This record gives sequence, structure tokens and C-alpha cells, in this order.
Amino acid sequence: MQPWPPEAELIEIEPKHEIKASRTGSPEDVALDAPDRTIRRVIGDGASAADRLLEGIGSEELLALHRDMVRLRVFDERAVGYQRQGRIGTYAIFWGHEAIQAGAHFALSADSDWVFPSYRESAIGVLRGLDPATVLAWWRGHPAGWWNPLELKVAGIAVPIASQVPHAAGAAWGMRLKHEPGCALVFFGDGATSEGGFHEGVNFAAVMKAPLVLICNNNGWAISTPVARQSRAAALVDKALGYGIPGVRVDGGDVLAVLEATREAVDRAREGEGPTLIEAVHYRIAAHATADDPRLYRDDVRSEQERHHECLARYEAYLRRQGILDEATAEQVRADATEEVRRAMRDVEALPDPDPALIFDTTYAVPPEQLLRQREIALAAVPGAVP
Amino acid sequence: MKTLVEAINDGLHQEMERDGSVLVMGEDVGRAGGVFRVTAGLQERFGAERCVDTPLAEAGMLGAAVGLCMVGWRPVVEMQYDAFSYPALDQLITHVGRYRWRSGGKMNVPLTLRMPYGGGVHAPELHEESPEAYYVHTPGVKVAIPATPGDAKGLLAAAIRDPDPVVFLEPKVLYRGDREEIPEGEHCVELGQARVVQDGSDATVIAYGAMVRVAAQAAQTLASEGVSVLVLDLRTLRPLDEETLLEAARRTGRVVIVQEAPRTAGFGAELAAIVAERALLDLRAPIERVTGYDVPFPYWRLEDMYLPSAERVASAVRRTLEY
Repeated sequence: MQPWPPEAELIEIEPKHEIKASRTGSPEDVALDAPDRTIRRVIGDGASAADRLLEGIGSEELLALHRDMVRLRVFDERAVGYQRQGRIGTYAIFWGHEAIQAGAHFALSADSDWVFPSYRESAIGVLRGLDPATVLAWWRGHPAGWWNPLELKVAGIAVPIASQVPHAAGAAWGMRLKHEPGCALVFFGDGATSEGGFHEGVNFAAVMKAPLVLICNNNGWAISTPVARQSRAAALVDKALGYGIPGVRVDGGDVLAVLEATREAVDRAREGEGPTLIEAVHYRIAAHATADDPRLYRDDVRSEQERHHECLARYEAYLRRQGILDEATAEQVRADATEEVRRAMRDVEALPDPDPALIFDTTYAVPPEQLLRQREIALAAVPGAVP
Repeated sequence: MKTLVEAINDGLHQEMERDGSVLVMGEDVGRAGGVFRVTAGLQERFGAERCVDTPLAEAGMLGAAVGLCMVGWRPVVEMQYDAFSYPALDQLITHVGRYRWRSGGKMNVPLTLRMPYGGGVHAPELHEESPEAYYVHTPGVKVAIPATPGDAKGLLAAAIRDPDPVVFLEPKVLYRGDREEIPEGEHCVELGQARVVQDGSDATVIAYGAMVRVAAQAAQTLASEGVSVLVLDLRTLRPLDEETLLEAARRTGRVVIVQEAPRTAGFGAELAAIVAERALLDLRAPIERVTGYDVPFPYWRLEDMYLPSAERVASAVRRTLEY
């Protein structure tokens, strides 16, 4: 019979370092200040609040960022339309979130850095060269929508809330262990901060000093539940202090503020200083998804007010004030983006019906014999399937 | 001569030596060498970056391992006890088993999730569970359960080298049981090959993990009664060696299945169904199952009546002989 407790539990382990400055034995971290709750902005209001410029971001970069935002905006608007026409299935809307997505992504290097999207960022890979047709195929339930994350360093769309945070922590930590220059960036919402996956992922990354950038898209709502029902924290960014990492709060409708904060966080990550929590605060103007009707749980007044401050118009106004964007360019960018998504939808609809064998052939590298027999039986029952 | 714990430890050393991308992580696996000493010496040999003490977070740990796979590591994740793996089921079901499928079959998730498994050690609540059915019910995941030191080393090597995620369940009652001569150096036992522990002609007893020893004890008792019992050690539940299993069932005509886990929807039910579907007409008696009961694993003063015993197995075999 096994002795209880096992012998190892009886071994006394001498602490290998003296614990002085803090109770967690991380003396270098005790001086961390509480996160600043001030919401940082770069884009002014065209009146009393002045525009700022970002160092190292010239007109070429500003226009590239504009193009990214427009591509996301057009994708989202058209995708909602396609859902209404029955050409794709239920779709998670990200209208108004383009500043967070494009701004954060712009701070990354596509060569070295990973992105971990939730379903809210389903089209983020498009900014890296993923065909929008792939993303539309995902929402259409066609296997052409399931991509290989290793190709563009864009992880699969994480459906369970916050479950992708530990993945990003692990990838970031794994790159650090290999002395690779990359970092990981993970998107999640305000509701996700209530999940265990958020806590375990952030804590893990903090302890391992993993090069991770955490983007909390605080749009105020988790479907029908307001952020006040998620947390008693005065600001979600306050959580950073508990993990011993810096936290920054930015205006989620200000693409340059998101870019600036993310760029600083990426620099910290590359310097080996570990993760940063960025809380991007804004308001979810659109519904959670095409199957959601916000009129059931909130009034439209705030949404309508916020619509006048939506992120793309704010950025375009900034660019015009800077004399960088003219009408013709803006129209051309939108026209190109529209054509891109139209073409993508046509491509998706032209795809042949999926091969039924795929469900069996993609689950294992080496499928068990039992599965091969199920495959045979299933395909025999599908007219025209090739066994 | 090595115990099961020493054999697994040896296997981990071999695999980490062979492949620089193998990384061991878990609670207390590094400095302490694991609460059962399975990972002893790894941190000294391979450093704190390849044998890593993690925060106490099972789902976070397994989730991080998914990320590690994405950037080229081959993580071996230890859950400190069987029941402590339950929070990690979330990651296992929603991501570990699905990521290859989610990537259109293109991305490997070559992680190994190992844990001490099963009862018989007089431990507190939630230290003696048999959760194999949850794992084997999860698509995309493979499940291996060694019953001997040699198999523990060899199956672990196969699990670590496999491009798919493998749950590796280590019967803790056998950890410091019988010593055995095991192959030196690299040793790999292919997944999906059942082992005939002893041949026999009157009945087949199918078991895995710690129940193999119980089945062999029952066979010994029955031998003294003139009954010849074939004892089969499945070694892996997925992939399952159906061929060997069915051949034994057909040849002996009587089948007794032993599992330590609760009875209902346990893996024994799947085995019984397979035999019924594919070998029914060769059977001379109804299939018998000897299992735990549909209750939480009991207070340890009553665990002996819960765990399948050699006597319960022998009685089941005798019942099949009445037909």
C-alpha cells in the first residue's frame, strides 16, 4: 500500500533566495504604481482638445492605418448584410471596434508577432494577408474558413470567452524561452475579465514575464450585461496592479491612442519587461451579434449619441485636419475595400460543397482505427462522397 | 530494475535528451521534482526553463501549453492529481482536442497531459479518481494508461512523440509497486497495441492500468480451479486495439471487463458494446463488467469495497462459466 502522504511532500525545501522586499519575493516589482485611470487620447476634438502627433508615424503610416480601419469597417458592414440575406450564418458585429483592432494590430510586426483573436476580431487576419473569403467562409460554416494559425501567426477564432488568453500567454512565453524577438497580442472583452481564463492567463504571463500585450476591449456590454455587473473595480485597468503588471487606459475610439499604447507595450515586451494590460474604453454601438436585439435591454439614446463619435469618422476628421486625407483618396479606399469583400463573398459562394471526409481527416494526424471505420460508414451513406 | 515512477522519470530524461523542444511543466515539478518524484532531477539536468514550476492553475497551464505548441514546443504537462485535472477539461475539450481540426488538419498539438491516476492509496477526497472516460470521450485526444514500468516508459515516449495530444494516466497505486527490468536508453511502445498478459482459453478478462494486476491475480486463483483465463492489458484506450480484443473474445467466448471508474457510461460500457456488435455470435455467455459504483470515490476506509478486487473479478468469470 502506498504511504500517505507521498514521500516528496515530507521533504523540506529551503528557500533558495531570501525574501525581503515583498511577500511574493519579487522585489523588483513592489514599486509598481497603481494604474493611471486617465483615458489617454491622441486625436483631438477639432475644438478645445488638440490633436497630437505620434513619433515615427508619418503620413504613409497614417494612411495605411486608415486603410486597415476601412477594410475592417467595410468587411463588417457587408458581413451584416450578407447575414441578413442568408449568405452567411450568425455573425458577431465589430462595427465601431475598428480603432481598437487596427490600432493594436498596427503596432505589431507580422514577421515575429502573434495575434490571438476572439470572435469579435474574426477578420483581424485580413490585415495580415488572410483572404477575407476565408473569414466569410468561417461565418458560412464552410471548412475553407478554418486556417492554419502557423502561416500568418494568427490563432484560430476563440469562441469560449477568455479561453484564448492562456494560449497567448503560452505562445509569448514560448517565444521568450527560445530567445525569439516576437511577442503575442490577445484581444478579449470586458466580460472576459470575469472569467477564470483571463485570470489564469494574465497571471501566468506575468509570472513568466512573457512578452504579451493584453487588449481589453471594454465596450461596456457583454451581450445584455453591463460592465458594472462584471466587476466592482472602479476601472478594469486596476486589475493590472494585482498581477504586478502595468496597466494603461485609452480611448477605444481613438485609433492612434490605441496604437500608441500598444506600441509602448510591445516595446516593453521586447525588452523582456513582461506583459501590459491595455483597457480600451468605448461603447458598443451595434448589437452583440446579428441574433441580438439590444432594444430588449438598453435604450437607444446612448447608442445614437455614440454613433456621432464613432472611431472611423473621428480618425478621418483627424487626417483631414492634418491635411493628409482628401475626399478622392477616402472614396478610393472605401471602393477598394468594398470590391475586396464583394469579390470574397463571390469566391466563397463559388466554393464547392465541402468534402464530407474532411471532418474525419482533420481531427487526428494519425486517426485511430475506430474513426476510420466510422468514416467509411458515414461516407457510404453520403451520395457522391468519395471514400 | 525500476519502479513505475522511476521508469517514467527515466522516460522523461530520455525524451528531453533526445528532443530539445520537450518541456516539462506543472505544479511543483521543478524544484521539488513532483509530489510523487516523477520529475525528480529534470530541473537539475535540463534547467528551470525546460522543467518549469508553474502557478497553481490547471486550465491556465494547459492553455499555455497550447500556445507553446504553436511556437514549436512539445510540452509535457503534469496535473498533480487526477481530480485536479478537472478545471483543465475546459481547455482540453474546447481547444486541445479541437485545434488540429480547427486548423483544417494542419496544426499539430503534440502535447502530453500526464497525471497520477486511480485509487487504492488511502488518500483524501479527490485524490483517487479515474477520469479516463472524460478524456476518451473528447475527440482529437488519445489516452494511454500503462500497467507496468516498461510500458510506462515506452508508452510515455510514444505519447511525447505523437503529433496529437495524448492524456497519459499513471496508476498511482503502482508507482512504487513491483520493480521490473526495463529497456535502457530510448524505448517506445506503439500506441494502439494491446498486451496479452497471459494467454488462456476459457475466458478473457480485459483490463487497463492498476486493474491489470487485479485481473492477473484473479486469473491465478481461477487457474488453481482449472480455469484458463486470458488477461488482456489494453495499454491505450484511444487508439484501441480492437483486433486483439475481438480475437480474444471470439476465441474464449466469455468476456469480463474490469474498470475502476464508476460504472455508468464508463469505458467498460464501450468495450462491451464493441464486443456485442462484432463478436456476439461467438460468445457463450453474457458479457460481465466489474466496476466501481456510481458514487463519488469513497472515504478511504471504504475504498477496498469500492475498488474491483481479484475476488470480484474471479466471481464474474465463474458466472460466465455457468452458461
